[in-house]
Amino acid sequence: MDVFLQSLISGLLIGGLYAIIGIGMTLIMGVLKIINLAHGQILMVAMYVTWVLWKYFGIDPYLSIFITIPFIFVFAEGLSKYLLHPLIEKESILPENQVLMTVGIGMVLVELARFIFTSNYRSIQTSYTDKAWHVAGISFHVPLVIAFVIAIFLTVGLYVLLRRTDLGRSIRATAQDKIAATLMGISSAKITILTYGLGSALDAAAGSLLLPVYYLYPDVGPLFTVKAFVITILGGLGSTVGAIAGGLVLGVAETFGATYISSGYRDAVGLVIFLIVLVFFPGGLKRLTKV
Amino acid sequence: MEKEKTKLLKLTKSEYLIFLGAVVLPFIFFDSFYIQGLLIFIMMWVMLGNSWNLLAGYTGQVSFGHAAYFGIGAYAAALPYFHYKISPWWGLLYGGLAAVILGYLLGILVFRLRGPYFALGTLATGEILRLVFGEEEWLTNGHNGILYTTTWVSKYPYYFIALALAILSIISVKIVMKSKAGFYFLSIREDEDAAAALGINTKKYKNISMVISTFWAGTAGAFYMIYMGFIDPEVVFALHNISIITILIGIIGGVGTIWGPAIGAVVMVFVQELFRSAIFGLAPHWVSGLHALIFGLLVIIVILYLPGGIMGDWELLTNKFKFSKRAESSS
Repeated sequence: MDVFLQSLISGLLIGGLYAIIGIGMTLIMGVLKIINLAHGQILMVAMYVTWVLWKYFGIDPYLSIFITIPFIFVFAEGLSKYLLHPLIEKESILPENQVLMTVGIGMVLVELARFIFTSNYRSIQTSYTDKAWHVAGISFHVPLVIAFVIAIFLTVGLYVLLRRTDLGRSIRATAQDKIAATLMGISSAKITILTYGLGSALDAAAGSLLLPVYYLYPDVGPLFTVKAFVITILGGLGSTVGAIAGGLVLGVAETFGATYISSGYRDAVGLVIFLIVLVFFPGGLKRLTKV
Repeated sequence: MEKEKTKLLKLTKSEYLIFLGAVVLPFIFFDSFYIQGLLIFIMMWVMLGNSWNLLAGYTGQVSFGHAAYFGIGAYAAALPYFHYKISPWWGLLYGGLAAVILGYLLGILVFRLRGPYFALGTLATGEILRLVFGEEEWLTNGHNGILYTTTWVSKYPYYFIALALAILSIISVKIVMKSKAGFYFLSIREDEDAAAALGINTKKYKNISMVISTFWAGTAGAFYMIYMGFIDPEVVFALHNISIITILIGIIGGVGTIWGPAIGAVVMVFVQELFRSAIFGLAPHWVSGLHALIFGLLVIIVILYLPGGIMGDWELLTNKFKFSKRAESSS
């Protein structure tokens, strides 16, 4: 029972981080209508930025989100503006041109990281890295708890942004119907570019928050890209609440898979769930909650 | 009947020349095992590229999981050797077959999906197989991989086998695309619902496309096992190094063209090796770290400026050229 509870708690805590990765992805999917296969790679870039800030400037990884978020936001806006957006008008045989572009971007980012930082594993050591709180026989890994709390704040912040501000309303309108939004005077091109930046910024926050509990190497990018789309499909496309649920479900499923099947199957569990949901419950958790 | 056959397969003069050139090529580089090895890899990538191109470029089912079929082909050759000492050469026969069976079974699952969902579904199947083959050590020897002492030291036999397979894969795509099925594939790519509305059994024809495609991917995998003599799950089921590179070859060469994958394979291997060898040792050593990066940048440039790929836009260019010539002569 203790093992069960422990797995559940660890799963939920890591799931909180997965949730903000998923929300970023789902925002991009909702507005750009593409699968961003560079999502994990952008997270990796944020992790490296955090690592550099910690290593050379001594900035705490949790404080560095104030730097990584704007940095990645601008960076992703550039990618979106100059690489993804021009493809909309281009005629091509396969409609998935933008998706393939994100594959290319992802590849370049990984190789760039490999070139600059080599393939070595890196991690950071802070005073709280190995600390844990013990409550009723269950340990709460401190960095994960901090990350979880920050993730909640970010999620709430995004919720307010989407619900209460003009910008948020424009984003939601564009996601619902691009043409109608344009007719209402929203510059859908601007919103599209901005949303890619916004989604990536959330991703960047997740990267900074993950660094104290995760190893960093260039190929961590593709790993998280896979996780990101698993979460998004689990939650249902374009649904923020679904993405939160999807993130938590994936986190818990992974830790249970690692505990009860085999640690090697940790990543396979998510993929199997993903395939099952994709094939048998298209629409994901969104269909159950109707949010 | 005879007439029908000749109609299906009609090779142009330049195609014969390319085949002939490919036969002569290894003898030109007779003193360099290195370049001969590269030529063999080009042929393997031509096979894989063709395989992907038939399914994605012609039928519109963009697969992100071709490593699954490549890997299963490689393991189909390797596993009987590992357990029963049956020569992996038989893999050339049943590697493709194993991939076809897997492709058919996965097709039941993934062909229910469309567009980006299909892409993600295939990506997931490839990744699941990689993880399973890495974990089930009793069957696959896990990450230790399977080792096989290659039959020949000389590269010539491998090259000609690879060349023969690559040419066969090109010819097979050519024949299929000239047949009725080929036109059905194109109609499915353009609009699956409209194709179904016109009475095309889209499920059946997607499966046919899948079968031919996976056969070549599996055969390429079996060949890889025989040639390299070593496989492990991380190599043959690699998401990036197999599945994604296969797609990028198709994109660079030209999606939905006969010669696109071949050109893409040549460009990919050439660009990567040019930089891996630091431009033949002329550039400083650190340049060799850039090989994959440059290839990635090339992909971005091609998608931005040559959406049809090298081959796709090349045909466009020659057509324009012909048109202007004709216009000149008539005036």
